Order: sequence, then C-alpha cells, then structure tokens
Amino acid sequence: MKVTEQDVVYVADLANLELTAAEKTRMQKDLNNILEYIDALNELDTTAVEPLAEVASKFAPEQKQGAQRFSYAMRADTVKPGLSHEAAIQNAPDSDGKFFKVPKVIEK
Amino acid sequence: MELDILTIAASRQAIQQKQMTAKALAEAHYAKIASDDPKIGAYLTLSKERAFAQADKIDRLADKGDELPPLAGVPLGIKDVMMTRGIRTTAGSKILKDFIAPYDCTAVERLEAAGALVLGKLNCDEFAMGSSNENSGFHPVHNPHDLTRVPGGSSGGSAAAVAAGMAVATLGSDTGGSIRQPAAFCGVVGLMPTYGRVSRYGLIAFASSLDHIGPLTKSVKDAAIMLHTIAGRDPMDSTSADIAVPNYVEEIGREVKGMKIGIAEEYFGEGLDPDIRAAVEKSIENLKTAGCEVVRISLPHTKYAIPTYYIVATAEASSNLARFDGVRYTHRSAEAKTLSEMYRRSRDEGFGTEVKRRIMLGTYALSAGYYDAYYLKAQRVRTLLARDFEQAFQKCDAIITPTTPTPAFKLGDKSEDPLAMYLNDIYTVTADLVGIPGISVPCGLTREKLPIGLQILGQHFGEGKMLRLAHVVEHMQAR
Repeated sequence: MKVTEQDVVYVADLANLELTAAEKTRMQKDLNNILEYIDALNELDTTAVEPLAEVASKFAPEQKQGAQRFSYAMRADTVKPGLSHEAAIQNAPDSDGKFFKVPKVIEK
Repeated sequence: MELDILTIAASRQAIQQKQMTAKALAEAHYAKIASDDPKIGAYLTLSKERAFAQADKIDRLADKGDELPPLAGVPLGIKDVMMTRGIRTTAGSKILKDFIAPYDCTAVERLEAAGALVLGKLNCDEFAMGSSNENSGFHPVHNPHDLTRVPGGSSGGSAAAVAAGMAVATLGSDTGGSIRQPAAFCGVVGLMPTYGRVSRYGLIAFASSLDHIGPLTKSVKDAAIMLHTIAGRDPMDSTSADIAVPNYVEEIGREVKGMKIGIAEEYFGEGLDPDIRAAVEKSIENLKTAGCEVVRISLPHTKYAIPTYYIVATAEASSNLARFDGVRYTHRSAEAKTLSEMYRRSRDEGFGTEVKRRIMLGTYALSAGYYDAYYLKAQRVRTLLARDFEQAFQKCDAIITPTTPTPAFKLGDKSEDPLAMYLNDIYTVTADLVGIPGISVPCGLTREKLPIGLQILGQHFGEGKMLRLAHVVEHMQAR
C-alpha cells in the first residue's frame, strides 16, 4: 500500500475536503488501486523526453519567438463593461447586498 | 413529425418554406420531452421562455420571407456544463444546484446568433467526470436503445436527447472521450474538434488542457453545420486558435478517393467486442471500395494513455475545482461555524464520490514529493503519445478505430469499480491528450441490437478530411 491513512488525511486537508471514516477507508483503497495501475508509466524511460503541459502552443506561428509566439492571445487593453455588481452576487449563499458574507475568519 | 430523424437542414427548410413554424417545432419537442424524458432522464432544466422568445423571432423573419440564418428555429439541448444566462447551470453537481449563470457560453451564443433555440440543459456526469452518466448529482440517464443500459458519459444526456428525438442536435464536452463514447453508445454522431478550434469561454472547467466543446447530431452533415457555427477565434478564450474556419459543410459529399487511412493494431487488441470489430472492419472495406488506401500504422504508447490521462486530468481538476468553496456562488453548508469548516463541509456535502476521488488523486499527484514521480512523468509520456501521432500522420490522412471496446453496458455494472469505468475511454482518451480531432459515427448494431461507433481521428485542424470520411462511412453503412 503506497497511500497510507495519514496520506489520505493530509491530502484531504490540502484539498479542503472533509471525509467521513468510511470515505477515508474507501478512498485509501481506491487511490492505491488507481496508483498501482498508473505505475505502468514507470516502464518507460523518459529521462530525455520533454514534458508536454498543453498543446495550444503547437499552433502558434513558428517564426515568432518567446512570448511573441502567443501574440494571437493578446487583445487591446480597453475598458469594457464587465459583470455588474448585482449579477456577480446574485448566486451568493449569503450577502449583505454589497459583499459576500462568510463566517468569522479571526477569532477573538 | 418524426422527431427522431429530423435534421438541422430539414428543420430550417421546413420553417423557411412555412411548412411549420419554429414555435410549433419547439412545442413538438417539448411534448416529446414531456412524454419520453421521465424514463430517460436527459434533461435537468427546461428553458421554455428563452426558446419560445427565439422561436417568435425566427417566425417573424420567416413571415417577412427573409433568407433565414443557417440554424433558424433548430431546437438544441446544451450540456449542463455550459453557461446559459438566466438559466440554472449545475454541471450535474449538487454544489451548483441553485446556480443561475450570469452570462452565456460563447458556443451557445454563436448557435443562438445563427438562429438556433435552446430547449434546455442536459444531464451529465458531475463536472463531466464519468463514462456512464451514473455520476450525475441528480439522476442517471437511461440509454434510449435499452433503458436498462447506460447512455455513456459524461455527455450522456446530450447523446440520449439526440437519439430519442428530444433535440435536433446538442452540445457536449469531451475531456477523455465524453462526446464520442456516449455518441457511440446511443447511435448518434459525436464530434470533438481540435484543441483550440472551439472557444471554451463559459464552459465550467474540468481539465483545461484537455477540455473541448463539440456537437452531437443525427448526421455527419449536421455535425459539420454545428462545428462551422461554433468554431473560430474568441477574444474571451486565449486558448482559441487564430486559424481561419474552412467551410466544413462543403466537405460533405466530397470524394475520398486516394485518401490514406491508418489502422493501428493497438486499437484492435484484447478486450474488443467481436461484433464491434466486425462492424468497423466492414466500414474499412467500404472505405476501400470508395477509393481509400489502407495503411498499417503503429501507436506504440497507446496502453499508457489512460494512466497518463488520470494524472493530468485529475491534477488540473483539483486546481479548477478549488473555486467551489461555499463563498460566492455554490451551495454553503448550514453546519459550519468557522470559515475553514464552511469550505470543507460545503465541498463535502456538494461533491459526489467520483469528484472527491479525482480531486484527491490530483492533489496527491501534485503534492510535494510526488510531483516529479506522477505529474511530470505523465507530461513526459504525453510527449511520447504526441510523437506516436506525429509519426503516424506522416503516413496517413486520418486514423480509423472503434470508438469503444464494448457496447453500452448495464446501469450499475461498473459503478463500484473506478478502474473498470476508466478503461471505457481506452480508444478515445489519447486524442484529448494530443489535441487532435475525433468523430464517432454509427456503423452498425451488435447482435443484441446495440449501436456501434466507429472513430475517425484527424490531424490537427484536419476536421475537413475527417468529416468527409465520416460522411462516406455513414452513407455506405446506410445502404
């Protein structure tokens, strides 16, 4: 077992998830099964292979260098109407009409 | 009116020639939804007000005798991962069960600008994570061909609605096969465009380097019409490519003589249903008859695609789904006393098991000490997968494979085993990782009368040739 119960607790904490005891047990089992399968990647020697994080840059014009390759993604910095204040808070679970309200962050 | 075979072109023509009104067509679809959807479960929300307002607009244009736009009056359904202003948009998740979208997804906006009307929002696996639609936070979708079977996923509602005649066409999204696999299971056409071909503005993000929007339709020609409408640069999505959009519709009916189609043995190996193999091989023979040349190719890293995908996709998802925290627009737990309790409890109550599992896996793969071993490793293998295709496409114009190893399976069959579920995407997932387009076309039925999908993978921005071949497969199959 690669993933221990402590790992599950630690990762759930990083991910802001609260898991019940039963969920923790199930999660540990599932993660170990999936990671065991993923370990197949170690059959491949990739020391000389560059990582590929995204494929969009493949289509940027070749003749441009550096950040210029992505110049197609730039637009003029002009002021345009954005989402209105009202629209932005219309889905808020709690608000005072101006701001989102949340439980107290700092205890006295 | 036989709604289950009504195409885009036929709908528009009937409205243009005043054989029916857009309003009547919308009403007929809503009647069909009212009678059939209770047993299928494709729709989560109906948007009648918006649909009828658009129908009125189209009918006024038709009354004036004006030339109607290309999708005039065509009733569409939209997968519920795409924002629709003023309409509930849930991503199939309880955490967004009351969320009203404040703006429109670009793809939806473009379809409406072309005259289409939005009937409603379609069920899907929660945050598009799943291959059976059983991960919907609301209710599963049933396959119209056999109600005991899944429609596939994650765009299960999008595929089922088209198959059952509850929409002329729909939009879905594809991150690992989520358009093509349900299209295959439900016997409809499903197209995933090249990465960057269609703007994702307004798509609720799952894995940003893999997410695509594309159409599910009753014919290859309809897929071309839909793609042509939604494709092209969008200033609101910096990943949308600034590459001219060719007229995809003109590709339909063009000759395929002399085109080279690649066949990779890695896609015909162990686990492939014999009926699916036979149907795909029959279609390949048909393409030969039409003048295509078959070329043997190899995609040697195919078996590493699923493990690569489940690192890359979950890592990106763990980051994208951090925004659903109970503060601004999601469900908020009533239990929480402190801010951090509120985050955790809201997410715990709002997310389903599969979503939590993927967030956990992705967070683990990105966490200190594991980043190199998992995330970086997967990215390097992604390069190897891309090279496989670069080399293959030096020898052929397009690649033909089955879309899925099996036909639609029974509800409940795989829902307890995440790995078995993941393996469903074995033939579709690589295209997402390398950014090439793919289309699933119906190519026959199994002995149990379940639909079979044939997949055509095209070169980057090679949708034209892909559609041309797909039309021949569809046409020769029909004879």
